Amino acid sequence: MTRRRIFVSRDAGAIAVGADRVTAAVAEAAKRASLPIEIVRTGSRGAYWLEPLVEVETPRGRVGYGPVAPEDVPGLFACGLLDGGPHERSLGETDSIPWLKRQTRLMFSRCGITDPLSLDDYRAHAGGKGLARALALGPEDIVKEIARSGLRGRGGAGFPTGIKWRTTAEAKGTEKYVVCNADEGDSGTFADRMLMEGDPFLLIEGMSIAGIAVGATKGVIYCRSEYPNAIATMIAALKQAREAGLHGTPIADSRYDFDIELCVGAGSYVCGEETALLESVEGKRGQVRAKPPLPAHAGLYTKPTVVNNVLTFAAAAWILAEGGDAYHALGYGRSRGTMPIQLAGNVKYPGLFETPFGITLGGLIDNVGGGTASGRPVRAVQAGGPLGAYFPRALFDTPYDYEAFTERAGLIGHGGLVVFDDTVDMARQARFAMEFCAFESCGKCTPCRVGSVRGVEVIDRIVKGENRAANAALLRDLCETLKWGSLCALGGFTPYPVLSALNHFPEDFGLARKPAEV
Amino acid sequence: MALVEETDLGTPARRSEEVVSLTIDGRRTRVPVGTSIMRAARLIGTEIPKLCATESLEAFGSCRMCLVEIEGRPGTPASCHTPVGEGMIVRTQTERLARLRRGVMELYISDHPLDCLTCAANGDCELQDMAGAVGLREVRYGYAGENHFADKKDESNPYFTYDPAKCIVCSRCVRACDEVQGTLALTIEGRGFGSRVSPSAHETFFDSECVSCGACVQACPTATLIEKSVIDIGQPEHSVITTCAYCGVGCTFKAEMRGDTVVRMVPYKDGNANHGHSCVKGRFAWGYTTHRERILHPMIRERIADPWREVSWEEAIGRVASEFKRLQKEHGPRAVGGITSSRCTDEETFLMQKLVRAGFGNNNVDTCARVCHSPTGYGLKTTFGTSAGTQDFDSVEHSDVMVVIGANPTDGHPVFASRMKRRLRQGAKLIVIDPRRIDLVRTPHIEAAYHLPLKPGTNVAMLTALAHVIVSEGLFNEEFVRTRCDVAAFGEWAAFVREPRNSPEAMEAVTGVPAQDVRGAAHLYATGGNAAYYYGLGITEHSQGSTAVMAIANLAMATGNIGRPGVGVNPLRGQNNVQGSCDMGSFPHELSGYRHISDAATRALFEADWRVELDSEPGLRISNMLDQALLGRFTGLYVQGEDIAQSDPDTQHVIEGLKAMECVVVQDLFLCETAHYAHVFLPGSTFLEKDGTFINAERRIQRVRKVMEPRNGMADWEVTLAIAKALGYPMHYDHPSQIMDEIARLTPTFAGVTYEKLDALGSIQWPCNENAPEGTPVMHMNGFVRGLGNFVITEYVATDERTGPRFPLLLTTGRILTQYNVGAQTRRTKNVLWHEEDRLEIHPHDADQRGIRTGDWIKLESRSGATSLRATVTDRVAPGVVYTTFHHPGTQANVVTTDYADWATSCPEYKVTAVQVSPSNGPTEWQLHYEAESAATQHIVPLAAAE
Repeated sequence: MTRRRIFVSRDAGAIAVGADRVTAAVAEAAKRASLPIEIVRTGSRGAYWLEPLVEVETPRGRVGYGPVAPEDVPGLFACGLLDGGPHERSLGETDSIPWLKRQTRLMFSRCGITDPLSLDDYRAHAGGKGLARALALGPEDIVKEIARSGLRGRGGAGFPTGIKWRTTAEAKGTEKYVVCNADEGDSGTFADRMLMEGDPFLLIEGMSIAGIAVGATKGVIYCRSEYPNAIATMIAALKQAREAGLHGTPIADSRYDFDIELCVGAGSYVCGEETALLESVEGKRGQVRAKPPLPAHAGLYTKPTVVNNVLTFAAAAWILAEGGDAYHALGYGRSRGTMPIQLAGNVKYPGLFETPFGITLGGLIDNVGGGTASGRPVRAVQAGGPLGAYFPRALFDTPYDYEAFTERAGLIGHGGLVVFDDTVDMARQARFAMEFCAFESCGKCTPCRVGSVRGVEVIDRIVKGENRAANAALLRDLCETLKWGSLCALGGFTPYPVLSALNHFPEDFGLARKPAEV
Repeated sequence: MALVEETDLGTPARRSEEVVSLTIDGRRTRVPVGTSIMRAARLIGTEIPKLCATESLEAFGSCRMCLVEIEGRPGTPASCHTPVGEGMIVRTQTERLARLRRGVMELYISDHPLDCLTCAANGDCELQDMAGAVGLREVRYGYAGENHFADKKDESNPYFTYDPAKCIVCSRCVRACDEVQGTLALTIEGRGFGSRVSPSAHETFFDSECVSCGACVQACPTATLIEKSVIDIGQPEHSVITTCAYCGVGCTFKAEMRGDTVVRMVPYKDGNANHGHSCVKGRFAWGYTTHRERILHPMIRERIADPWREVSWEEAIGRVASEFKRLQKEHGPRAVGGITSSRCTDEETFLMQKLVRAGFGNNNVDTCARVCHSPTGYGLKTTFGTSAGTQDFDSVEHSDVMVVIGANPTDGHPVFASRMKRRLRQGAKLIVIDPRRIDLVRTPHIEAAYHLPLKPGTNVAMLTALAHVIVSEGLFNEEFVRTRCDVAAFGEWAAFVREPRNSPEAMEAVTGVPAQDVRGAAHLYATGGNAAYYYGLGITEHSQGSTAVMAIANLAMATGNIGRPGVGVNPLRGQNNVQGSCDMGSFPHELSGYRHISDAATRALFEADWRVELDSEPGLRISNMLDQALLGRFTGLYVQGEDIAQSDPDTQHVIEGLKAMECVVVQDLFLCETAHYAHVFLPGSTFLEKDGTFINAERRIQRVRKVMEPRNGMADWEVTLAIAKALGYPMHYDHPSQIMDEIARLTPTFAGVTYEKLDALGSIQWPCNENAPEGTPVMHMNGFVRGLGNFVITEYVATDERTGPRFPLLLTTGRILTQYNVGAQTRRTKNVLWHEEDRLEIHPHDADQRGIRTGDWIKLESRSGATSLRATVTDRVAPGVVYTTFHHPGTQANVVTTDYADWATSCPEYKVTAVQVSPSNGPTEWQLHYEAESAATQHIVPLAAAE
């Protein structure tokens, strides 16, 4: 009997629901039955509602079972797991699961498929193509390729990556840096973590491409401390990749030096803001810098610096491998390519769903997400993290697109969607936004430092019924001060959840619904 | 009179040739590229509200008051950190901006105590001003919300308070500590609403790393950090620009006054030496001027064992005149002399030496520079042709390499040290040559590329070894030497330094410094770009002090590091006017401008002006006066503002000399140590009580302005006039400006100096004459003053002061930030809280051998004498080296120092004394005896009782 390969995710999300215990049970059962198997720990395919997902390699392809509990394992073996035999947990061929099949996986094409720390696996699945092409193209043409793709920064701001790279490339200075923002702090988001745990070499490849493009010699991955698995995986991957020439001095045998190190954050949300992140990397208090100067001109240690999100680098590697035009062919309006949308909260099918821009919000929540996990009606969706707007059902026709969301006083952010059913108290959610801002404020600028605290107090007074109209007016004034007066997006975006809650759900504040404000 | 108003342009100036034009509120303007919109607006008179921005600090962007609208740009960018752009159209006042600013201000005030009327900053509070400017009329949030009103005040610092309840978290204090002072003692602790200023790691200001420079207090826009004197007295109503009377940096201050009471001293932004910065001494330690121990009435006594008797000025002056006349009659015209002061003004010093030369009729005048920088004068005159440093302080901004040798700028010259540190943080390289690991060796964001911890007394060996590397490895600047220097002298010098015995390897046994480090440092100095030497008394106060100065000059010339900004040879002068006192002709052999008394033409010039005949023979140096006194040949001494019994070496010898004199006249603020041996005491006036000028370490002549009447009744210069008149040599001046006119008339390097010009320019660096009507910031630009630069052979000769079995350790001395010189002033301020006593620093190895722990009393003994003080065990000093300060008279550090001196100038060898250190129980017999004796000589019978 040939050695069967069995795949179980090592993703933290899968482990959290028992993937390690399931793996142990599989190994135990195989040993007991003296069946020759090889267990491959992969990343996650992102269908968290199926985790722990156990897959077995069969001649017809991988067959999946899930979610699997450790106690299911003996039964699975009894039903011929190794041959993809039928079982109540059987999902059939994994690639045919509609939730996965409907996706367009560019950045996450290997995630859940390969052993994240196997360079052979990586290469066998088209890994490294982007870097090879980048080395052949040289800096200027890399930037052109990125510009052609229409890629925009996936951290949230959606700034055109080509322009950012060009600015950094053209900035004067011999010492330049590429910094990866892996301080993924938005509630309901996990794409960065999944990618770092599931396909770390892709991030390294993307950063090396950026390093070559802008003339940087050093890269830094700034990862939040709450991601111990991602950190361990990245550290191991960086070591291997350095030996394999995916980064290092020099990259492969090229004339480009670019070495990446990993830096761990210290538990501050605002350090996901790029300038606070740079301060933190420098060992300083995590406090936002005033811009200008832009990091592209004066970033890390005041040197020209590219700061991009994990997903942006991942997309860049794909673009270099497959071409900017291929990427640009996908998408909607000025939002090109794909977005790994993360469905979370009270949703039936939570997980990461990579798809080209343009799908509607309703389509994502109702069709992909399957509505709420509680089975109650969806009342609101918070898009783009804790500072994103709440969308009521009335706005579910909004296409997933930077501009369309902006038009509706919302934002895509880092691609997170958090679903709420009809039991949600939107005044409490608004209060939470102010509270979150107060808790995470670095304290540098006055609107955020003082305004967030006052925001909580004003909402409390509204809810208690004290001078509701006057306090609601004050809350709106405060939101204006926060939005236009704050130094960074923490204070600047806090009004999104607050005002969207107030505008779309005034009744939760004890205020009459004004048709004009909806 | 009114307060001197300073315009705060909000952000620092940007230097650029490229100019950008833009429109602000419809007005077109042009500013250098990189300028902030805020500054550009203020320059045309448009004030944009601001709280976190101030001109001395880089833009920070936290207060969000300075938001503006820019056509074609989204949002409301902050004008402090948004640079101007070509063709930009900016609006600073719109309805939306007004709303936003009011909204931010409403938030500020919702967490600010409403005690404006009783607040110490009332009338001088930017928050108050801005609330008015933005038209805040109500705070709709109320005051019941979360706040900091109950936060506790930190009153630990003796000079200022920190009240977190009033803090608006603008970070100006933190940034001032970082950017201006460079101590980085402050931070913002916590985050969000909990953010508060924290000294070091949640310590009190006093216990923290704070050096009390006052930069944070000055930067604070509210009463959060405020001078205790303002809390006590109230806001000042007028101010006077004047010059600090402490160290040789020469900081310009605004004396902020209420009537004739000083409310506070605030560093002046337009001060050319300090550019608005200060240290704990100049900023806060002026309380001595009104200290109860200050003597305000003249006093006389027959014998030093008698109590002092307060007398009228007439009687005191009369006594001086009659005694000096008697002594000259009995012992000859050369039996009397005077000592000028480096703390008095140029005008006063000039008059003193004039009194001696014209009134006494001899040249027995000397000054305390004798014991500090006389080798600088000799060494630089011999090599370059001018007895002064070559640069201005601003020069450091162009330095790529700094060599700090025998100086401890962060303690001795703190305001200039902050400038150095700023440049070092920008990336300039540092070489420290010092037996001790001074703070500069490793301080936040700064680490010396090389610290060469040489054995005390081996400077010349070290400097010659550096020269050996530069010459033997061909690192010298051949073109500079060929075009600017005496090539023959260079050749001889080069041959000398090239000798193998001068190599770092050969000198390693002498200096104790690894040759490799010396070679590295030599390479860095010669090839690292603009390289400048900064040195202090660690160079001059040696038996080869003058040689070391010339060795430095040799290195500067050989590498071409002379004659442009960023380079040069820079003595850091100790006292406020030590440069001036030397310039004014205080040395026995020199008239003002360093012209030898034996030169007939110069003498004739003075004789014509002064209408007397001058003695052509140089007079006695201080040490000679004392020697002659013991022989009965020198019997009368007039000491103005100097305390030779504490500051001069071999105290017991000094005291014997003073005791041997028949009439010692001391003019001082306090009953100093020398006054214990005086027969006439003339009360002195402080720098706040007179007009005049001081000259700082960069040859900068600066005005001292009277802010109050002399509490003793007469300015020091007026006292000198009275004595001259009583002696029968009347001099007449209505105002010190007339004395300066005379100095200018008689001194070519001062020919163009007038008070009018000083008032107009703020300051003038001499030479100031026809060729340089506005003075000379950097010297020797196109040629050396002496013509060709002169190389001098600097053979290392070990000092006779050697360690041996009896005295196995080497003592070196220095000073500390909070204290100044002999401490007469600073010991009479709250600065003593930081430095209550002098301590002996000793290496753990040497301490262990002797069973000494930190805090133990130890006996410090040399062949001259012994004293006791307490020990601090530290590895700042190398094994075999011990170190102490000399700020407290009780320590009697100079009882230990020897009578060895610089071969050329007699500058004492303070920096090397062979000593033994042993545990002790307390003060020595000598200290106890001295204490009793000095107490016995301090009795005063008041004027009323005497009559």
